[in-house]
Amino acid sequence: MLLKELCSLCAPSGCEDEARRFIIEKIRAEVPEAEITVDTMGGVIAHKRGEGKKVMVAAHIDEVGFIVSGFTDDGFVRFKTVGGIMTTVLVSKKVLLGEKKVPGIIGSKAVHLQSREERKKPASMKELYIDIGAKDKAEAEKLLSLGDYGVFAGEYTEFGDGLVKSRALDDRAGCAVMLELMKKTYKNDMYFAFTVQEEVGLRGAIIAARRIEPDLALVLEGTTCNDVHGAKPHQTVTKLGGGAVMTAMDSAAVSDRRYFEMIKEVAEREGIPLQIKRTGAGGTDAGSIQRSGAGVKTAVLAVPCRYIHSPVSVMSKRDLESLGRLAEAVLREIERREF
Amino acid sequence: MEIKEILQRLDAPLGVSGHEEEIRAAISALFAEYCGEVRTDALGSVIGTLRCGRENAPVMMIEAHQDELGLMVSGITDEGSLRFLTIGGFDPKTLPGTEVTVHAEGGPLFGVIGATPPHLVKGPAKGPEISDMAVDIGFDKEKSERLVRVGDIITINTGFTELSGSAVAARCIDDRGGLAVVVRALELASRLKLGCDIVAVAAVQEELGLRGARTAAAGIEADAAIVIDVCHGTSPGVGDNAFPLGKGVVVSVGPNLHPKLTRGILDAAKESGLDVQIDVDGGDTGTDAWEVQVAGTGVPTALLSVPLRYMHADYEVGDANDMETAARLIAAYILGFKGGEQLCY
Repeated sequence: MLLKELCSLCAPSGCEDEARRFIIEKIRAEVPEAEITVDTMGGVIAHKRGEGKKVMVAAHIDEVGFIVSGFTDDGFVRFKTVGGIMTTVLVSKKVLLGEKKVPGIIGSKAVHLQSREERKKPASMKELYIDIGAKDKAEAEKLLSLGDYGVFAGEYTEFGDGLVKSRALDDRAGCAVMLELMKKTYKNDMYFAFTVQEEVGLRGAIIAARRIEPDLALVLEGTTCNDVHGAKPHQTVTKLGGGAVMTAMDSAAVSDRRYFEMIKEVAEREGIPLQIKRTGAGGTDAGSIQRSGAGVKTAVLAVPCRYIHSPVSVMSKRDLESLGRLAEAVLREIERREF
Repeated sequence: MEIKEILQRLDAPLGVSGHEEEIRAAISALFAEYCGEVRTDALGSVIGTLRCGRENAPVMMIEAHQDELGLMVSGITDEGSLRFLTIGGFDPKTLPGTEVTVHAEGGPLFGVIGATPPHLVKGPAKGPEISDMAVDIGFDKEKSERLVRVGDIITINTGFTELSGSAVAARCIDDRGGLAVVVRALELASRLKLGCDIVAVAAVQEELGLRGARTAAAGIEADAAIVIDVCHGTSPGVGDNAFPLGKGVVVSVGPNLHPKLTRGILDAAKESGLDVQIDVDGGDTGTDAWEVQVAGTGVPTALLSVPLRYMHADYEVGDANDMETAARLIAAYILGFKGGEQLCY
């Protein structure tokens, strides 16, 4: 299954080689007519020539992760996070580091040894480290180097009522949808951009959009879903199983209103479940694409992900299917309509 | 059998305190490889006997606990998630972002303990509290209520992981590491010409207050006992009351431990060239040794500990070489064990 394969790839921002290799191979095998360019940051742009408007579809291949920042004399690995990870999900998690996928455990003081004050406080980055079992610094340095990247360990798992658990659903879900969309034939001049470094500031999309200079863009994402125990109704953001999600506004971009209304209309007409994201927090590549060159009309469609940016993000396969159907219907509508 | 192999065989079977069925079967099978008799006592502790063949031979008990921490379903929320309580001393900080298995009547269910993403957290983060957490099994309330019952056991999903060198990471090396030492010591002793019988014990319900060891020891009435558990390993920020991994087994001294038995073990370590570190405990060692010492009319007791980092976290990290050292030390001491006068004050 495509999503499962995509989720098995380790590609923290700045080290997307595994994902890039996989995606290029996949495009070559299944969409041989696409012209592939790899840009200066490692983003992959696949061009399917057409006569009409220049349309950019984007999904990011990177994910949140870790980077090795030092070694202690007794062989422990100091690290920094790459992208937004709460320290609350770090303690006692298994991680894989470097190209050789060296296993390690994020260690912290045992509960018995914590003072009453320490027990009340969340873990802080300065007291966390990764334990790879090395006896000393020299042994650790044989296995890892400064700047090696890492990700949470963990397998893609299907469970519950048609749900999927994995790390990196944000945004392998978008990549999966885009790889399927690419196989179709379009009238417009289509650019499919697999961007890098979204998680560290929507960076890869900046240069991808400048290279493509699109007339219109559609961003495919994994987005926040907080419809869980303990959240107040106004904090839920989206509902799992409630269909694809469209963003009206987040911290990085305001969607083009006519484009936004058109997508709503398409979803209604096609009977595809669509919900509007109910928070202004977070940002996507749309923020970079919209402000590129002389400006680009953008919209963001996403699949809701519970516990996003944690080792156990969760999405619904039905929502992913809704996202795929809606994205295709929107690309068809763009072929027919002027803006 | 190598320590790592034994640990791996003991990793998959579950044994939350009071629900030790799986681990009991696994440890019974391992004991049976070296012991002529294997039985289970009223509380569920597994007891294997390796006889030396001499009549009225003294009895040496070697003991570790088989149970582990776990969670229990305490309710179902409107969203269909499961509220839970803890069995044993958990650190709430280890739980957000964790995969779990709910052991429901109709079969195991996969679930996750979620966490609020950074995008939605405002202000300084709070320390996580168990009462705010829930297990998401991906079903709505109605379906969850059909599948899960209050009282069902939940365990954390982890996997036995070899780290650099002889270090290993796994769930509950506390005290599967101790059990691995017992099994390996049985194997080593079974090749020796012994002057005593060995009774190996895998006790239940240690994490709930040393309960299984008390009844097991009372039933056995051994001449002496060696308890094997874990102690804190050193790591950044943890130096006091902790011992480095890979530097040998830790032998405890203090009122909980029999001075002559302990002295004999330290002498055996010296003669055999085995690395030991000394832990000084002013009273309660917090291990089964505390109960074994006063079981029945009393049992001379010694305590060996394997240094362990992140005790009671989802993953604990220990060193297989330290466990091997512990097993060799037990075998070395038992070879000369005669009981009686040897342990008299």
